[in-house]
Amino acid sequence: MNGTTTSKHLEPPVLDVENLAIAYKIRGGEVEGVQNVTLSINQGETYGIVGESGCGKSTVAWSIVNFLGANGYIKRGRVRFMGKELTGQSPEEMRKLRGNRISMVFQDPMQALNPSMRLGEQLKEVLTIHRGLNNADAEARCIDMLKKVYMPDAQNVFRRYPHQISGGQQQRVVIAMALLNNPSLLIMDEPTTALDVTVEAAVLDLVRILKTEFNTAIMFITHNLGVVARVCDNVGVMYAGEMVEVASVENLFNSPQHPYTQGLIRCVPNLGEDKVSSVLYPIPGRVPRADRRSVGCMFWPRCSYAEDVCREQKPALRLIPGTQTMARCHFSEKIAPTKWVPDEDEKNYARAEIGNNSDTILSFENLKKYYRVRGNSLKEVFGLGEKKYVKALEGASLKIEPGMTVGIVGESGCGKSTLLKTIIGLEKPTDGEAKFLGFDIAKHISKRDEQLIREMQMVFQNPDSTMNPSYTVGSQIARPMQRFKTVPKKQIRNEVIKLLKSMRLSEKYYSRLPHQLSGGEKQRVGIARALACRPDLVLCDEPVSALDVSVQAVILNLLMRVQNEFNTTLVFISHDMGVVRFISDYVCVMYLGQVMEMGPTEAVYAPPYHPYTEALLSAVPIPDPLARQKRILLEGSVPSAISPPNGCRFNTRCPRRNLLPHPSVCETDPPWQENGNGHWIRCHISMDDLARLDPVIPTERNEKVA
Amino acid sequence: MSEEQLAESEPTGWKKIFIVFDSRVATIGLIIVFFWSALALLSLLWTPYGPNETDFIQNLGPNAKNWLGTDHMGRDILSRLMQGTQVVLLKTRLPWGNISFPGGVALWGVAWSLILGVMLGLNAGYRGEWADQIIMQVLDALIAFPRVVLYLVVIAAFGQGDLVVIFAIAITGAPGVARLARSLAMDIRTRDYISAAETRAESTWFIMFKEILPNARGPLIVDAMIRVGYAIFMIGTLGFLGLGLPPPDPDWGSMVNDARKYIYISQWAVAWPALAIASLVIGLNMFADGLREELARYQK
Repeated sequence: MNGTTTSKHLEPPVLDVENLAIAYKIRGGEVEGVQNVTLSINQGETYGIVGESGCGKSTVAWSIVNFLGANGYIKRGRVRFMGKELTGQSPEEMRKLRGNRISMVFQDPMQALNPSMRLGEQLKEVLTIHRGLNNADAEARCIDMLKKVYMPDAQNVFRRYPHQISGGQQQRVVIAMALLNNPSLLIMDEPTTALDVTVEAAVLDLVRILKTEFNTAIMFITHNLGVVARVCDNVGVMYAGEMVEVASVENLFNSPQHPYTQGLIRCVPNLGEDKVSSVLYPIPGRVPRADRRSVGCMFWPRCSYAEDVCREQKPALRLIPGTQTMARCHFSEKIAPTKWVPDEDEKNYARAEIGNNSDTILSFENLKKYYRVRGNSLKEVFGLGEKKYVKALEGASLKIEPGMTVGIVGESGCGKSTLLKTIIGLEKPTDGEAKFLGFDIAKHISKRDEQLIREMQMVFQNPDSTMNPSYTVGSQIARPMQRFKTVPKKQIRNEVIKLLKSMRLSEKYYSRLPHQLSGGEKQRVGIARALACRPDLVLCDEPVSALDVSVQAVILNLLMRVQNEFNTTLVFISHDMGVVRFISDYVCVMYLGQVMEMGPTEAVYAPPYHPYTEALLSAVPIPDPLARQKRILLEGSVPSAISPPNGCRFNTRCPRRNLLPHPSVCETDPPWQENGNGHWIRCHISMDDLARLDPVIPTERNEKVA
Repeated sequence: MSEEQLAESEPTGWKKIFIVFDSRVATIGLIIVFFWSALALLSLLWTPYGPNETDFIQNLGPNAKNWLGTDHMGRDILSRLMQGTQVVLLKTRLPWGNISFPGGVALWGVAWSLILGVMLGLNAGYRGEWADQIIMQVLDALIAFPRVVLYLVVIAAFGQGDLVVIFAIAITGAPGVARLARSLAMDIRTRDYISAAETRAESTWFIMFKEILPNARGPLIVDAMIRVGYAIFMIGTLGFLGLGLPPPDPDWGSMVNDARKYIYISQWAVAWPALAIASLVIGLNMFADGLREELARYQK
């Protein structure tokens, strides 16, 4: 039985895994982290393994390269590499069998590269040590390989240190290093998760080219369905340590057979849909811990189709009649996604009557924040050198109306976090004006009025550090009420419980400690704490970027609901264009400390685009293999914020410069142009020319799931 | 549902104490520490003979009457050893009259170095910038002195006495505690919950003592236990140099020093107090070490 739907090859698959089970020894027993995994990967095929965190994706990869650690081992099943059995061999024999024909690429390129060695030395090492090549030959081969991974200026990169090149380039070096041994199997474990979306797009393109050029088998592990749709041929969906669905990428997205796959696809915000029409349907519950798994179907506690048989009997991975998909479900024939009825609880929370409001709750103009950087040259140590500043925020302006959700989007280093810190007062702006409820807030929080502080609260990014581990949920939500005396002492407990309930958390959570909560629950408590003193404005700093997609959907729906309930204004920053589109009424695109484009969401996500917005949109991986997305590759990397380019910040990378008769005009400050309805673009190219560009995403969607 | 199970599966509150017994090292350490603590308590009520009675033949080895033997003045070593635990663990004598208050010199010394060190360290670590500069420069200057020299300076200035020894331990221990507290504060200050407190405009003291300190507790407690070990060692050293706790009550260090002169006649009188110091210090270290490992395991 071969795991894939296309097994026409005569030669044995590069990797053939059958019924694999991996166990970890822990105190007082062992847990099977992975069970019943079957897959096979042929030459030139990219096989995606997708699933939420804790589903055992990486464990499968580690078992192949024998990285399971001291307490992990393969308990059952077979792993065959190039027709040779890998299980049951001693580590030494295994190494011989495997040779150096399996390479691995990890998530964080900075950790894969030695920071104190030149990149060239690290690359050459692979060849001089493993292959016994001499120095000159090795160098020639390495530079050749760098060119093959489309590294600009390969000769020069060869002599640099890892910190001197950008993250995307680092990942290219790591991929080049992995390919130097001409591996038969390349395992990529979330290779683009740590990268910005425009860089990610470039790396994914590279992966696709490599597949055809090197004819390598690639195992591609990711949690992002969009990435899967972009690079994979076949996909295995993992849930709670089991393979629950195996299908070709087209079949997976067009007719998912397992309820988990269907749920995953339903809970990802779609870039092609606007706020008013889209609904996210989260999967209730969470992935069970490895030692608390069900005897029957792993998914039944979260499945809306579950019946008694699911609880008692484990379904087998079987070919679903009438399809080419294998799924592990008793009822795959009966659960066509088109007939799915959503839970009445989850509906569209968008309000239609926003805008046309002349009030302003928060406004800032020409806001600047510079951070002084100290060099370590002798001159600078004595304070004689030229003063250098990181210009994190360079003249940002925006007006926010009450009741709106404003999305601020941009890649890392664009200044969106600094903007938030400056608004809330954790940083004092270097220059510029900021007004909140009519009061001046261009100062540090310690100099603001207490009543004003109460009206502005914040939700944070990291669920693991948003709560103080030493205090109970209840006391942490109660603290703002005590601090600002918004609720009489005796009623605090009731008020906290009321808040918990509107976060869909039961009263029992009142006395729990943070370590007893899951990531999504912690984030909900974080939102409750921010709302506890009834602020007018809540700033959200990437509140969903560290969460799994099914949990992300819960939090996004919750935010929209509480916004209606409490009538707060939200400022939501994110690097995810899809999430921002889903939640925002008004969007603001930032690049290198400046706002490039702002306007109502629908206007920003449709032409005319600012060239940077256009590039960002084209880079987002869309979870639909048939989506016809325009592709624009940005060259180079984001310039340093210490010495940003003159004029338009984007001019060094702008793919649309050639639309101008005299591109040199880009080195002067671009004007703000209005497109009506409050949609502003900061660009030299005329609005008419920008409006003529094709939309990045086709507007008419092919109707499929939900 | 699964959350319910998760919530019940991990020890909470006072039950956490039992994690000590998951570690063999910590358990052995705890037994040693318990042994000496029990002996100290017992000595308040009963010792085989009076610790200062000179009724026996001098320099005896262990025998049926004197289980650990006698010293050069014919005093019972076991009685003196038991009495010696008191000043370390149980009571501090005030210089005025015959008054003492509970808590041994080693414990009070460490307690004060903890209080001082945490105050300074949290301020340096959380405030940063110039506060950090000033506090750490002063403490670094203090660290630059060898410990024993610092003790000598303090004792030369204030004379002998239990309170002086406490002061000396506190002064020499505080810089180390401050460095640890500072590094913990610098780490914890970057967490989102600290930003959340700052966006509520909480006072600096609230953030330092209510938000940061409870989360720095674990490493500080483990460090303090090791410091109690050092303090006992230091009291021994001072006693050996004749600068420790004032006579006539025995302390282990001066017992070693006294018996040293007769080492060719009887080795027992040197061996017992030396062993006592070593075992208590090792016991505390083992307990602290095991506890740290278990805490790390539970903190994930």
